[in-house]
Formats: sequence, structure tokens, C-alpha cells
Amino acid sequence: MDMQSITSLAYLVAAVLFVLALRGLSSPESSRAGNVMGMLGMMIAVGTTILSPEITSYLWIVGSVFVGGAVGLLIASRIAMTAMPQLVAAFHSLVGMAAVLVAGAAYLNPASFGLLDAQGGIYVASRIEMSLGAMIGAITFSGSVIAFAKLQGLVSGRPVVFPGQHLLNALLGLAALGLVGYFCVDQSGWVFWSLVGLAFVLGFLIIIPIGGADMPVVVSMLNSYSGWAAAGIGFTLHNNALIITGALVGSSGAILSYIMCKGMNRSFFNVILGGFGGDSTAAAASGGTDDRPVKQGSAEDAAFIMKNAGSVIIVPGYGMAVAQAQHALREMADELKKAGVKVSYAIHPVAGRMPGHMNVLLAEANVPYDEVFELEDINSEFQQADVAFVIGANDVTNPAAKTDPASPIYGMPILDVEKAKTVLFVKRGMATGYAGVQNELFFNDNTMMLFDDAKKMVETVLRSLD
Amino acid sequence: MHGDFISQLSIFVLAVFVGYYVVWSVTPALHTPLMAVTNAISSVIVVGALIAAGPEGMSQAKVLGCIAVALASVNIFGGFAVTQRMLAMYKKKK
Repeated sequence: MDMQSITSLAYLVAAVLFVLALRGLSSPESSRAGNVMGMLGMMIAVGTTILSPEITSYLWIVGSVFVGGAVGLLIASRIAMTAMPQLVAAFHSLVGMAAVLVAGAAYLNPASFGLLDAQGGIYVASRIEMSLGAMIGAITFSGSVIAFAKLQGLVSGRPVVFPGQHLLNALLGLAALGLVGYFCVDQSGWVFWSLVGLAFVLGFLIIIPIGGADMPVVVSMLNSYSGWAAAGIGFTLHNNALIITGALVGSSGAILSYIMCKGMNRSFFNVILGGFGGDSTAAAASGGTDDRPVKQGSAEDAAFIMKNAGSVIIVPGYGMAVAQAQHALREMADELKKAGVKVSYAIHPVAGRMPGHMNVLLAEANVPYDEVFELEDINSEFQQADVAFVIGANDVTNPAAKTDPASPIYGMPILDVEKAKTVLFVKRGMATGYAGVQNELFFNDNTMMLFDDAKKMVETVLRSLD
Repeated sequence: MHGDFISQLSIFVLAVFVGYYVVWSVTPALHTPLMAVTNAISSVIVVGALIAAGPEGMSQAKVLGCIAVALASVNIFGGFAVTQRMLAMYKKKK
């Protein structure tokens, strides 16, 4: 067997290990072994490349890996779990930038990548592949930087909209594709680099109109883009491991975007076109009067009701994570379990700031994962539950999504908390959620409002329990 | 060259299908680790960066390659490590 075949086989093994790494995530028990397989796959892929005859100088490579690896490990060990969305966005930007740089290097030195035809030009197919890879990579980079800045709070999460925005984006997109086409006949530097520049601007413009609360979709979408960019580079390099991995990551991100959109009952285009969560929708959405009386309770009342309940379902939302109440919440659940109460957690698909975010936050607070249920698995159990304890969530419990066709959240899947015998609602005040809609649940007879900061309230309930 | 592209495209399309079915089997509770680990594995783009950074001497292509190796390394080490850290937190009821 020649060297070429051995190399290709090694890349195939790496790709299979990556598939197994994703497969491992089908359950928490198998996930850790899956992650190890992913690492193994990466070692095989990198090792195979390092040993290939094209690579003759190691000093700079070792230096770059060392610096990058140290930074990566440092970040990974320090990052707070609440900051995972911005970390993932930042990591996406790096994949995007790496794709641009690799495409740029392949353009500058096509000979070392074996991309030259008999006339000394770059193969037309390779030109298309490298320009598309560079374009998607650049869009991923600047888009992820904006997503990072919005999630980190460096810039306002408000959507930035201006007249003619979509027309401008469409024209820039067409211009970029035109440059890809022109690059096939003219491989001058200006064509390639202006395409890259244009794509950077495009990535920026695509993300600025999207509001902060729609970031779960954006982060998933950029995850997908980073995969397509990697696949594009894989075509350029004729590397099957890269093509397969890019395709896996691309479809993974696309599925997560779809799940997030479905969780909000919004179409993908509606999210991408942006503007949601801005002033216009908030003003249009106000319904019902705000001065109606609500039943207000104290932490002692809540503690008494929950202690005497048979079952309590906790519904955590992002507000709980912002208040850092998850540890106190788990302690409260422990106390309740000691008193013989059955405690479970109900997670809405868009409860956090990225897919599955709430599950990680609860896991960090030592909540066993078999007490945590997804919407479709637990929704039928609210009618048998004595108490629904809603903390830091609002829109995802709003019955208007089922009953009021005029509501902006109509059709969104919601947690049926109103079917529980008593609904305890921890909230700072009567403010509406991000959709700007009044929640009729607050005024129900079986709802008791607990007005306070989420963490303080849970801690007070906890003290009243013993 | 032409046949080569078609076989690559076949691999790509089939891998999209594999990805589709594998990712739907991922439990929603692990969607955040899924994103972190896909991030790490998409950094296998480092193989392209290594080829660019590999030749002797200095060139623009090599500089770009080295930067790309460093960026991808942040992702590879950071991505797998943070995934491992998250997965270690998922525990069953005692």
C-alpha cells in the first residue's frame, strides 16, 4: 500500500471517530467516552498531516500549537457556564477566521497544496472551492464577533435596523457571488481579497438586525456556517476528513437552528430578517390592562405550600441564571425531597441563551439529569402536579400562545403550568417578558406572585423550609 | 480532476445525511456540549493550516498558516476541554 492510501485511511478513521463522538451524545453516560473518541480522531488527523512529506519545518508549527492550545485550555478551565453562549460564538469566529486564512494561504501558495494546472494557473474547481470557503469563513467570523459582542453585552442587544437593509444585504450577497464567478476567469489578487473583504462586511450586516434574545438561533446558525466553511476548505484540499467533518457540523448547526426556531414558533427567515424584540413589536403587543390585582405571597407562604405538596415542577428560565439562583434552587429542591415531595424540572427549548443551556446550568448546580425533563416529556404532568414553581421564565408559560391568535407569541409551544393546582411565580416585578406580551397567568386565581430577586426569594424560601 | 470532484461531492452529501440522523439522536439535554464539541471537531481545518505552515523558509502563506494553526489550536484544546468539563457535571440521581 502506498503512502497516499495510508494517509487517506487515517483520515477516514478520524472522520469515523468524529461521527462516534457525536453519537456518544445520545445519552450522558456515553457522552464522555464519545468526547474522548473525538479527541482521538483529532490526534489521528493532526498526526497524519504532520507526518506527511509536505511538512518539513516544525518549529513554527509547534510554537503556534503551544500558544493556541495554552490559551484554549486556560479559557476552557475558567469560563463560567452562564457565559457558554458567548464562548461558543467566539470559538465559531476562530473557525471562520482559520478558514479564511487557510484559503488565503492556498491562494498565495497553490503549489504546496497541489492546486496548479498544466498552465501554472489554479484549477477552476479549486478556485470555486477556495473562494466559497473563504467567503463563508469570513461571514462566520464577522457574524460571530457581533454575536459575541451582543451576548457579552459589549454592544446593545437591540436589533439595528435601517431602511433598505435587506436590499443592501441582498445586493452585497449577489456581488460576492459575482466575484466568486469572476475569480474563475481572473485569478488576480484583488478579486480574491475584495471577496474576502466583502464577506466580512456581509457577516457583520447579517447579524446586526437580529435582537439579543434571538441569539440562540444565531449561534446555532453560525455553528452551521463554520461547518460549511470547513467543508469548502476540505474540497480545496481534497481532504475527506475535513469534508465529512464540515458536513457533520453543518447539519448539526442547521438542526439546532431549526429546533430553536420551532421553540419560538418563528420561521428561520423571520429570525434572520431580524428586528424582533425591538420597539415596534413591543409597542404593538401590549394587551390587557396592567392595573388588575394579582395575588401576592411571601416566601413563607411558598415554603408552606410546597412542603405540603405531593409534587412540585420547577420551571427555570434565563432570569434564574442571570440571578445565579441555580445552586440555591437545588438546595431548595433537596429540602423538599427530604420532606417527601417529588421534584422535577421542566425545560423549555428556548429556556437559555443557546440550545441546552439550561440543562448545563442545572447540571453545574448538581441537579441530577434524570430529574430534568424536556417540554414534550413533562407537559402532560402539570395537571397532576400540585405546584408549578416558575422562576425567571415568563413568555414560555404564557397561555396566550394557545388561546390568543392576535398575540405575537401565538403558536409557540409553551409549558402548561396553569394546569397545576397552584402556580408560584417568582418575578422581580410586573414587567413583561422579551416578547413584550402581558401574561394572563399572573391574574389567575391559582397563581401566587412572589416578588423579589430570584436568588433572594429562593434563599428565603429555603430558610422557611426548615 | 472531474471524477475526483464528483467522488468528493458524494462523500459530502452522504456525510450530511449521517450528520442529520446522528444529531437528531442527540438528547436535547446535551445540545450545549454538542455545539462545543462540533466546534472542536470543525477545527480539523487545522490540517489545511498545517500544510500552509509546513514549508521551510518564510512566506506570506506560511505566516497565514501559522496564525491559522494557532487559532484552530485554541478551538481544539479549548473546545474538547470545555466539553469534557460540561459532560463531567451530568450526574444521575443518587
